Amino acid sequence: MSEVAAQVETLEAPARRRRGRPSLLFAVCLLLFLGVVFLAIFGKMIAPQDPSAQDLSQVLIHPNGAHWLGTDALGRDVFSRLLVGARSALQGPFAIAAISMVLGNSLGLLAGYRGGILDTLLMRWVDFMLAVPALLVIIVIAGALGASYWLAVLVLAVLTVPVDARVVRGATIEQVPRPYVEAAKTLGVSHRRIMFLHIWPNVSPVAVANAFLIFAGSLVALSGLSFLGLGAAPGTPDWGQMLGENRALLFANPWCVLAPGAAIVITAASVNLLGDWYYEWIVGRGASR
Amino acid sequence: MRNDLLIYIVRRLFVGLLVLVILSFAVFVLLFISPGNVVDVLLGAAPRTPQTVANLRHQFHLDKPFLVQYWIWLRDAVQLHFGTSNVTQANVVTELQRRLPISMFLGFYAYLITLLLGIIPGVIAALKNTKNMGRLVVASSIVALCAPAFVTGVFLLFLFAVVWHLFPIAGAGDPAFVDRLWHLTLPALALALPAAAFVLRHTRASVLTVMNQDYVTFARARGLGWRRIVLTYTLRNALIPVVTASGLMLAFLITGAVLVETTFSVPGIGLLLVTSAQVKDLPMLQGLCVVVAIIVIVANLLADILYALIDPRIRLGRKTA
Repeated sequence: MSEVAAQVETLEAPARRRRGRPSLLFAVCLLLFLGVVFLAIFGKMIAPQDPSAQDLSQVLIHPNGAHWLGTDALGRDVFSRLLVGARSALQGPFAIAAISMVLGNSLGLLAGYRGGILDTLLMRWVDFMLAVPALLVIIVIAGALGASYWLAVLVLAVLTVPVDARVVRGATIEQVPRPYVEAAKTLGVSHRRIMFLHIWPNVSPVAVANAFLIFAGSLVALSGLSFLGLGAAPGTPDWGQMLGENRALLFANPWCVLAPGAAIVITAASVNLLGDWYYEWIVGRGASR
Repeated sequence: MRNDLLIYIVRRLFVGLLVLVILSFAVFVLLFISPGNVVDVLLGAAPRTPQTVANLRHQFHLDKPFLVQYWIWLRDAVQLHFGTSNVTQANVVTELQRRLPISMFLGFYAYLITLLLGIIPGVIAALKNTKNMGRLVVASSIVALCAPAFVTGVFLLFLFAVVWHLFPIAGAGDPAFVDRLWHLTLPALALALPAAAFVLRHTRASVLTVMNQDYVTFARARGLGWRRIVLTYTLRNALIPVVTASGLMLAFLITGAVLVETTFSVPGIGLLLVTSAQVKDLPMLQGLCVVVAIIVIVANLLADILYALIDPRIRLGRKTA
């Protein structure tokens, strides 16, 4: 009996949460994310030291007053590198999320609204992309054409767009048979207008929430590439690259390895949670309107 | 029925082969258009005369048309001749043979841990479905999905190798089973954690869905024992989607293996892939691509067959509503 009661409770739980005040965790995530965005824009100005300045007399020192997270093998200040590295961490994922918002949403709307050959082609493309490990494709391309951050961003965007398109397609197919679409068609509204001004606002919660997920996923993927030495150019302050370069220094100064690692996880997780909350908030608002 | 399954397998094999051919062409084209002169790389520090250049061009078939080059490469590839690395001069196939067992060991080890850490807590989280449990599960799995294998790996290294000297820092150890197990425990754990979080979420959702089905409610109404309801009624059906998800998990594990092998300096094929990409070792990359593609295709095929065996509706792609 208690199990049945528990079932009922979980079914109602999300609905209750939607109406409640935003939780403490949400506020923390929002603050963290805004903080990282702030660093990505102003990091160079507020970093206490030059992130690339080497000081071979101050190698691998432990955290102290002057170097909050100590220094790496070349005597560079880890804390400053961490702050400045926020830019490298966010700009690629931002570009990928933006590209898939524009291209993926358009393709998904078209495929869902029009159906036909475009729809079939898109689905086959997605099936293929899902079977291929994206990181491996980028590694091979980097091996053939030379490693570069923006090349990795481009390839990742190409691999992400169809996945985003499929999500939007699914949401669009749900909207097409609704009366408001029928009404707009009867009034002679153009297909383009129906797709972008009538249907898109209704699928936007899914699309935007998915963009958050894509942002978090590509942040992790790009830092992984930089970790392997196939992403950000050598010497750039980048969290993934700091991890890769300093991997061997775990005994000497663990902070220069653990801090960028924690930064990647915390940023990705907060973006992920923000996406979840955005979706629940917008869906809850729609239901109560 | 048995016939159905056979036709299904043959068809899937055919599709797999087709994908492999397309992929090999893509890999060949990609490396064909890569910048940098192959002759320069091959010559290295040797004196450059028109004669040596012509010899090299002839030896590596660079003087032939593109499609002929591809045909020669494909013919060799089918016979498992990928030539020698143009950086270390090692034979590509022997190098792969040396490293593949290590990666396979790591992969299977991680797979076992994934199932262990994914399914059991997933089922428990679904059965003891309190609000806090649900929250905890969702939060921890989101964090685990956002914590890439290399970050988890570094933290595990720090905890269990630097702070407590329980496990070795790097390498794969002797081929002896126990030593290898000891060396690969941390890498396998780092590899398995994100995948396990994925399986956990999947299992929990699946068990919750099945628990709400009418037949489970009916079984409960009949007064059947809790153990019988969970073990024979719920789990059997709940684990079907989990099996299907193992195809996706494979991509997860292979991608993760590249990162984890680099993190722990495990001399497997993942590390080889990264180092080959860094030094632009084209023959090695080509061989690796083909091997990884074969692994992905075969494993996907196995997952599909398993799925078809468990759920007869899947066979032949027949749409039985």
